[in-house]
Amino acid sequence: MNAHAPATAAAASILYLDDVTVSFDGFRALNKLSFYLVPGELRAVIGPNGAGKTTMMDVITGKTRPDSGEVFFAGNVDLTHLDEAAIANLGIGRKFQKPTVFETQTVDDNLRLALRDKRGVLASLFSRTSAAQAERLDELLLTIGLADQRTTLAGLLSHGQKQWLEIGMLLAQEPQLLLVDEPAAGMTDAETEATARLLRAIAKDRSVVIVEHDMEFVRALEAKVTVLHEGSVLAEGSMEHVQNHPRVIEVYLGR
Amino acid sequence: MRRQGSLFFQTLGDTGGTILVALLLAAAVLVPILNGLPASSPFHVSNYLVSLFGKYLCFALLALSVDLIWGFAGILSLGHGAFFALGGYAMGMHLMREIGTRGVYGNPVLPDFMVFLNWKELPWYWYGFDSFPFAALMAVLMPGALAFVFGWFAFRSRVTGVYLSIITQALTFALMLAFFRNNFGFGGNNGLTDFKDILGYSLQAPTTRVTLFAASALALALGYVLCRFLVSSRLGSVLIAVRDAESRTRFLGYRVEHYKLFAFVVSAMLAGIAGALYVPQVGIINPREFAPANSIEIVIWVAVGGRGTLWGAALGAVLVNYGKTYFTGALPEMWLYVLGALFIGVTLFLPKGVGGSAREWIGKLMARATKAKLALAPQPGVTE
Repeated sequence: MNAHAPATAAAASILYLDDVTVSFDGFRALNKLSFYLVPGELRAVIGPNGAGKTTMMDVITGKTRPDSGEVFFAGNVDLTHLDEAAIANLGIGRKFQKPTVFETQTVDDNLRLALRDKRGVLASLFSRTSAAQAERLDELLLTIGLADQRTTLAGLLSHGQKQWLEIGMLLAQEPQLLLVDEPAAGMTDAETEATARLLRAIAKDRSVVIVEHDMEFVRALEAKVTVLHEGSVLAEGSMEHVQNHPRVIEVYLGR
Repeated sequence: MRRQGSLFFQTLGDTGGTILVALLLAAAVLVPILNGLPASSPFHVSNYLVSLFGKYLCFALLALSVDLIWGFAGILSLGHGAFFALGGYAMGMHLMREIGTRGVYGNPVLPDFMVFLNWKELPWYWYGFDSFPFAALMAVLMPGALAFVFGWFAFRSRVTGVYLSIITQALTFALMLAFFRNNFGFGGNNGLTDFKDILGYSLQAPTTRVTLFAASALALALGYVLCRFLVSSRLGSVLIAVRDAESRTRFLGYRVEHYKLFAFVVSAMLAGIAGALYVPQVGIINPREFAPANSIEIVIWVAVGGRGTLWGAALGAVLVNYGKTYFTGALPEMWLYVLGALFIGVTLFLPKGVGGSAREWIGKLMARATKAKLALAPQPGVTE
């Protein structure tokens, strides 16, 4: 990457990371990582354990501050000075590896909490669900296939259903950029297939970054692939390109 | 429009609460009447019972305030006694000023302990407490302000779980040590006592005592309605979300620390009101109210009554304190063992407390009833 012309590259991107380094007690979780996503792109990020995939998500969503480097959203919004809530409200949604839904509340309430709305304390206290929001809820329930479970407590859903509910919550936030951490982990084949379909549909009108271990799933996404290794980008391109890359083979198969 | 909170609150949550509020309103009206009956009447309610239950109702309000933050926002405060005591001190300061020249030293301005310490004038922080409205306001604002400052730093630094519980203990312990000091200006070891009257009515008079009882019942009823309103709103839904998955809530765009701070301050204010109602009924406030063990006891009341039910917490406070009154009278040395056994027993056999278990049983019964009804209903045709 040309270090002297980041401004133009950043301006055209939805997400722009340049030269980002994060160290934990001397361990470099991210090492001069540069990553670039254009609006509307679906990108799969793969890499062995400890490659820095989750740390990259943490940096983008404000959970971890980078030691050095630049992180820009939508061209010119500097993410390194914002907290999680501010970044979420800018339009960046994040799905965790382990499905994280509010187990003691209903599917409806989970989605209602995620729905784009004012997030202040007093606004919440007097908040009512508008007709437009109710309609949006119905729509979301259909998208994630949980319309029949709307009054079920989220804790009673199956693993796959929880994943979909969480994806539905991300959609309810109406983010421009979605970060999805291992959506297919622990799913049955049928669920994996349904999840890939759901994510491809979602990626039609927003940018999506998916971290995944499951190669079959990544192939099913039909997306550009970035391979991380020891905190930086090892290879980038189509699945075929990446799979035939000698360094990738070396890292994945061991020396 | 569909209610927020849905199933979680539609079950016994509201039924139990409705019963509680109805009982409290009935008590606020009937107890003064029954207390006024001649002692020979079988329906007479003795002065002893009035002051005993008046005290329990204050504890119930305190338990309610703890349940609001522990049951719904997952904040386990082991220092809530501090807010209760601060409210109590604010009221105690007013009652001290009310004594006027009737004190042992007859000083019209200075309370006895200040004369005894050879102080010449009233410290500035005692100004204004001669006015009842001012003292009442302070009983709410001081706990609220302390909770705001404490919560601002604790929640912003993301102190959670057991670490937060420990620093709340440290808070109440530090306050206890401060209030024990004579030069702190709150009567030191002896605290504030020897009160004579409130709003011109003698604190010894049965009518005053029964009025304080009724006021406590009303305060608890209003406190319950306020808490129920809060937890049934979307704010309550966010609090539960914070309790169950804090970082998820953050990534949805909620400023978790603001929500926690709001609940914590409201809770501290309720505890302050409970303390302000408690002090005129027991006639004394001293630094032992800040003792860490007191705050832990409050948590036991809530656990016994059922965390996250609100009305259960109030019930738990009354039940445990009734037990305490009974045991400290009948078997004084046994009480602490009973309390310990109660806590272990509830944790093992009724993890959701009396309230939570009752809600579950009734939910099951209702489910069975609906099933039976469905079975009795005429079957629809085979076609779907």
